[in-house]
Amino acid sequence: MKALNDFVKKIKPSAEGKFPIMHAIWDGTYTFLFVPGHTNKNGVHVRDGVDLKRTMIMVVLAMIPALLFGMFNVGHQHLLAIGEVTRNMPIMDMFMDKFLFGALKVLPLIVVSYGVGLGIEFVFAALNKHSIHEGFLVSGMLIPLIMPVDVPLWMVAVATAFAVIIGKEVFGGTGMNIVNVALTARAFLFFAYPTKMSGDQVWINTSLDEGQRVVDGFSGATALGNAVEGGKNALDEMGASTLEAFIGFIPGSIGETSVIAIGIGAIILLLTNIASWRIMLSAVIGGLLMASIFNLVGDDGSYMAVPALHQLMLGGFAFGVVFMATDPVTASQTNQGKWVYGFMIGILGILIRVANPAYPEGVMLAILIANVSAPLIDHVVVQNNIKKRLKRVKTA
Amino acid sequence: MELVNIFVRSAFADNMIFTFFFGMCSYLAVSKTVKTAVGLGAAVIFVLGITVPLNFLLETFILREGALAWMDTEGETTYASYDLSFLSFIMFIAVIASTVQLVEMLVEKFSPALYGALGIFLPLIAVNCAILGGALFMQQKQFNNVGEATVYGLGSGFGWFIAIVLIAAIREKIKYSHIPGPLKGVGMAFILTGLMGLGFLGFLGF
Repeated sequence: MKALNDFVKKIKPSAEGKFPIMHAIWDGTYTFLFVPGHTNKNGVHVRDGVDLKRTMIMVVLAMIPALLFGMFNVGHQHLLAIGEVTRNMPIMDMFMDKFLFGALKVLPLIVVSYGVGLGIEFVFAALNKHSIHEGFLVSGMLIPLIMPVDVPLWMVAVATAFAVIIGKEVFGGTGMNIVNVALTARAFLFFAYPTKMSGDQVWINTSLDEGQRVVDGFSGATALGNAVEGGKNALDEMGASTLEAFIGFIPGSIGETSVIAIGIGAIILLLTNIASWRIMLSAVIGGLLMASIFNLVGDDGSYMAVPALHQLMLGGFAFGVVFMATDPVTASQTNQGKWVYGFMIGILGILIRVANPAYPEGVMLAILIANVSAPLIDHVVVQNNIKKRLKRVKTA
Repeated sequence: MELVNIFVRSAFADNMIFTFFFGMCSYLAVSKTVKTAVGLGAAVIFVLGITVPLNFLLETFILREGALAWMDTEGETTYASYDLSFLSFIMFIAVIASTVQLVEMLVEKFSPALYGALGIFLPLIAVNCAILGGALFMQQKQFNNVGEATVYGLGSGFGWFIAIVLIAAIREKIKYSHIPGPLKGVGMAFILTGLMGLGFLGFLGF
């Protein structure tokens, strides 16, 4: 450790040198490896071992189970689609084949997302003469996890650039953005290139060799896509019953399918106090409530009648609620506001998903809407508190 | 159920700001604080809620082709053959302008502080495209009765209200952000509106 520290300090470029960008990159890497020793020149300075970088790394760690599971699932779905394995075979058959195939598909997405995003961060840090912001560590991992596996790499690059510049840097960088960066990237792709982001051709990789597609007209719709058509029966038929959807060997975006893997992440986030349990809990309550209302009014066998618990296992609900709704920057800041904010995500997510079949991924849009509403929710909570206290002062 | 449908659709799916980008001038200018935004939003709801049904009555009984049939005596078709729809713009605007005058007087009487805060933008509601847009969309949608038209007006106003209050809250928050100089103020408001519209696209197709 000491040798590494000495080495990194030795190669420190000068901030005033020819290339200020070199200093920004060095500073970013150094503080990523070690907690820096410098302190504030004026005012109060609270030091905490769990600073912004450590927080971000914790969230990335919490996403690792979903990532590994996603890689395995990508390979599993691929082999299922080309007929190498069948659904009745034990899931662990050809474990390495599945995992390696998935890893080869997913790693390029991660590399592109981090490369483009961090590149832009470096440029902005040098332009604005501040140190590199840490926020992108999480966004860069989230973006690949919410993409379909077949998305072209250049699209990931364009979406990442859009999200980082328009979604974050114009607001002044990490901690000041209004909407979640990763969700901005996904929403951008969803509306700009709908054919690559929805439908039944993009979720499973069916190519054998370069550019070849074995199975023409193979339909690999997501569970949600099938549920729109045939309700619960269609789900059970395709192998996405409540339990199967909970475990997660179903087609979908890379990281979103397994509720178990996401649950491990949720536990890490909750134990380290990084994510708010209020938001997660109220979002689940909201989702259950809305789905139950639909259960009451929907006809048997229709999409509305998919049981509430089953509805929450599908699609991006779990992933969105755990990793995106709880983003401390874009969520409500007040405790009461967090309840309202989470509840809104649950209600709107299921409402858009069920009532608006054009957009099966209602959770993404619900979180975006909740993000832009969060400042208003906070405003109302704060004003109410001020009113309450004024009243107390007057009566006392 | 039909009325609820019209309300939700006009407030969210056909949101004046995020779908049609109507009424942008006052939306951008008065959204600096939540308080004034609420005031102007309420004024827009009020004006739309009055002018749309009024214009609907005008449209049904005077302007539309064959609307004057009620003036004919039994068996005649003299008035029924008239088509006065070329007058609709000027008639609608006259109704809107007079209603706005009314609102202005009411606000000045009951809330002088809000009157001062809204300034020139209150009379400018008269030329706010959201208001005339509401009347023209009403003409296009061919509602069955005046109830539907009223609900449509209130719904559109409510959508505009939500939009301006949301962006006002955000703009109060980003006052403390390090926004690059050239983007401060209106530039940021435009980008924000785009990002908010991205979220509101979810309601499209309801």
